[in-house]
Amino acid sequence: MSKWEVVMGLEVHAELSTKTKIFCGCSTVFGGKPNTNVCPICTGMPGTLPVLNRAVLDYALKLGVTLGCNINQNCKFDRKNYFYPDLPKAYQVSQLYAPICQGGGLEIEVGESGEKKFINIHQIHMEEDAGKLVHESNFTQIDYNRGCVPLLEIVSKPDFRSGDEVIAYLEKLRETLMYLDVCDCKMQEGSLRADVNLSVRKLGGELGTRTEMKNLNSFKAIARAIVYESERQIDLLESGGEVKQETRRWDDERGESYAMRSKANAQDYRYFPDPDLLPISITDEELELIRKSLPELAHQKRERYMKDYGMSKIVACTITSHKNLSDLFEITTEHSEQGGEVANLISGEFMRLLKSSNTLPEKIEPEILGRKFAELVKLVVDSKINRGAYKEVVGKVFESPHEIEPMAYIEEKGLLMITDTGAVEEAVKSILAKNQSAVDDYRAGKQKAFGFLMGQTMKKLGGTASPDVIKSTLTDVLKG
Amino acid sequence: MKFNHELVSYLEDLSCLALSEDEKATLQSDLEKILNHIQIIDKLDTEGVIPRSHPFDNVNAFREDVVVSSFDRELILKNAPEKNDEMFIVPKTVE
Amino acid sequence: MSALEISAKIKAGELKVVDAVRPCLDALKENRHNAFTPVKTGHEERVLKKAESLQKRIDAGEFVDSPLAGVPIGLKDNVSQINELVTGSSKMLTGYESVFNATIVDKIEQAGMLIVGKLNMDEFAMGSTNETSFYGAVTNPHNNDRVAGGSSGGSAAAVAAKEIPLAIGSDTGGSIRQPSAFCGVVGMKPTYGTVSRYGVLAFASSLDQVGAIASNVSDCSALLSVISGEDKLDSTCVTKKPFCLETIDESANLSGLKVGIPRNFLDVDVLDKEIKESVTAAIETFRTAGAIIEEFEMPLMEYIIPAYYIISCAEGSSNFSKYDGLKYGYRSEKAKTLNEVYRLSRSEGFGMEVKRRIMVGSFVLSSGYYDAYYKKALQARELIKNNYLKLFEKFDVILTPTTPITAYKLKSHQTESEIANVGIMKMYMGDIYTASVNLAGLPAISVPCGVDGEGLPIGLQIIGDSFADEKLLGIAKAYENIAGSVVKA
Repeated sequence: MSKWEVVMGLEVHAELSTKTKIFCGCSTVFGGKPNTNVCPICTGMPGTLPVLNRAVLDYALKLGVTLGCNINQNCKFDRKNYFYPDLPKAYQVSQLYAPICQGGGLEIEVGESGEKKFINIHQIHMEEDAGKLVHESNFTQIDYNRGCVPLLEIVSKPDFRSGDEVIAYLEKLRETLMYLDVCDCKMQEGSLRADVNLSVRKLGGELGTRTEMKNLNSFKAIARAIVYESERQIDLLESGGEVKQETRRWDDERGESYAMRSKANAQDYRYFPDPDLLPISITDEELELIRKSLPELAHQKRERYMKDYGMSKIVACTITSHKNLSDLFEITTEHSEQGGEVANLISGEFMRLLKSSNTLPEKIEPEILGRKFAELVKLVVDSKINRGAYKEVVGKVFESPHEIEPMAYIEEKGLLMITDTGAVEEAVKSILAKNQSAVDDYRAGKQKAFGFLMGQTMKKLGGTASPDVIKSTLTDVLKG
Repeated sequence: MKFNHELVSYLEDLSCLALSEDEKATLQSDLEKILNHIQIIDKLDTEGVIPRSHPFDNVNAFREDVVVSSFDRELILKNAPEKNDEMFIVPKTVE
Repeated sequence: MSALEISAKIKAGELKVVDAVRPCLDALKENRHNAFTPVKTGHEERVLKKAESLQKRIDAGEFVDSPLAGVPIGLKDNVSQINELVTGSSKMLTGYESVFNATIVDKIEQAGMLIVGKLNMDEFAMGSTNETSFYGAVTNPHNNDRVAGGSSGGSAAAVAAKEIPLAIGSDTGGSIRQPSAFCGVVGMKPTYGTVSRYGVLAFASSLDQVGAIASNVSDCSALLSVISGEDKLDSTCVTKKPFCLETIDESANLSGLKVGIPRNFLDVDVLDKEIKESVTAAIETFRTAGAIIEEFEMPLMEYIIPAYYIISCAEGSSNFSKYDGLKYGYRSEKAKTLNEVYRLSRSEGFGMEVKRRIMVGSFVLSSGYYDAYYKKALQARELIKNNYLKLFEKFDVILTPTTPITAYKLKSHQTESEIANVGIMKMYMGDIYTASVNLAGLPAISVPCGVDGEGLPIGLQIIGDSFADEKLLGIAKAYENIAGSVVKA
């Protein structure tokens, strides 16, 4: 095996989180009933014309600038012509001759060692997504809801040599897309899709024939598919066979890929500039505005968190591992002004809750959770509730973020700490009265007896008074 | 330029047509004549000339990212040759 | 009665909308020149009902500022109108009913005009005789053995035969001007981007332009003032404001006007002698009226038709891909597999001319030929455009014949069988005076300037500078005033 080298390039399709489609005003919301987010334009009815959604251009520029690409300030759209039922106009509006971004790239850290490597971007272009085919046993149905949803296709150079590199790149790219608010990166919903081009060669030898793998719906599937395909190609070559240039579909359940039947029509896409769309011209000033408006990215947040809140690298990495988590951290901190406490909450108890309930960070609602968590953080820091109550209510809010109101819940359950020292004194007195021998022991100099009395008082108060208050009250009364 | 049968079949594929042998023969001869007429374009000296896709040099026609209500599904499916309540129907595609 | 007069009478209460539209509906039913395409059942009742409600609105004082309120109009059968058939005169779209309005339909209705029906055309506007229509050829009102021209043949014939006062046409390489010349009416293709294409079935997006056909220049101006103007739904529709009827100088003077005459256009082999005489006489009319006439050599003439043909077929082949039998329109009953749905539906749904041009379009865009044909054609376009830019630094207008020959005999192009060599040359050379205007996006108008020995109308083409449409209309009007009724059918 070691004499073989795997060479891979990635084509990543990111569905943009714009409100509307690329060329019409239909909503891009996911999960609608079939053919409900459609209009004559995105179903290719005769006479309709496209008009570009300005936000698509801005999103593409944000990503391009972030990845250090050369921005093509005079770019245009081309038509890619082919017939397929998911493509209502029988051409896809894409960019071939003058894509918006070329060059640039991403630095990744690979595996445990964190070895750094730069992955080069070949180009990034804007295009429209296709509709969805829904197969029945003897016919196929077409749903055009997804048709015309804006995509960025991010094409890397063939710089990858291992599955780990691919995963590290995808994680970094996902993080970037999410922090730029360009794509929600939900792989199960198909808003982030990656096709892997893979070939193998003898170390230092000439590039081999490559295959393209599709239908990779998770990072895990990608890693497995890469192992499978590189082994398949190596076995083939070692047994004297040849790799065929083809597109292969990954079947994650069976853990193998198979060649897709080539489409009946010849693949000559006859790209040409779309005459229905005007070229795009981006001024230096517009580009500068984009550059200035870029949000803080994950790695920048990590550094800031470590500096401003004294977070450890591990905690900072955990909190920035998903934009929703760092959003939650920032919202909670903003409302509580307790960065340190919030960091502990998110990286500790909150991560535990996510794990135990098998919840993905993308499913949480930072805005709602953040406000409620901030209330709780303030209460615990001010000793108005104890740690146990804090954890309990955090759990409840996590379970039902919309229903649970922290303060109402705390009051209902009587979880507020007793701040009235009179009540504590009363409790202390009643304990002392019942435990005269311990009082005597204490007065005889046995420190252990203080601990016993302290414990008894806490038990009586059911944990609703702070140990500090009990301790000082007890000391005072015993002195008294 | 010669238009052979193979090239006609290739264009038939690209154009997604199913032509009879007669039609192919007619088209082969027609296309050859047409091409002979238009290939003079190749003689034009276009060194350094920028290809023009639009009559004018206008740029940047944009739309704001604001949702416009979609059409009723019934209307979108109205003219479909085959459909059910929700979707267009075509013979099974093979992947 | 002109369209403007009809509207004036209606607004003055001297004519009812219903009475204006009824003769049009009768003509539609009779369809003597096959100018109209089929309508849905109950059409007449629906239009009459609309006429009544329009009358009420006009009576209530609406549309006082609209020059064409109450006037009936026909639409070329490539204009989408909600709940009405729009077929492009192709079998491919028989029975297809639009679920939305073209922008110009909204504008026409907002102007208080009444749409009578759809007008026959060459299939998807590919043709110049109207013989490629699925509904058959349109006959020329001046001679039943002659074609009306194309592709807007129905529009020109219906206006010429006074079946309707006004019609919408579309022009990709001459499709408004040529049938207007053949039928002896006024037809204008305005500057590219001044009238929205939204909802108009595309042939070649960068060349197509919607325009007006009328029996006189003033009516044509009025219709253009209604349909022109910016459209947010058409990225290429760039005019900020519609043409303003008031700024069109109806009493324009030709004195001092700088007029260019491309000498070599008049020396073309295929140019009919009588047309040459007629156009030369028209030039003299301009000269006599004080215009400064200067001849020049139009460069790149031999590249006009190849560039036009390559670009229009390329864009058309892609624009027509959406006609695939999946979402609307014709689906072959023989088709069982998906591949058959595509191929059989398209083969049975498209006529021969459309198939031929799709094949040419696929060819010039295919890998290996793109640079030699398509890219070259775009470069030729740039050169042609630059040449016009230079010419309009010097001239106010350029005069040419609209067509090299008068209306062809029916079936002269043998569209269903082999094109004879002569046929090809004749057909392609037919666009020689009109196509470069589309390549450069310029406005041009065809006005009647005479008749040949057989009484067939001859058209004079006046080409203006881009976005100088109002000025062009004023000049055309001035010529019309002087020339008078040289050719009245």
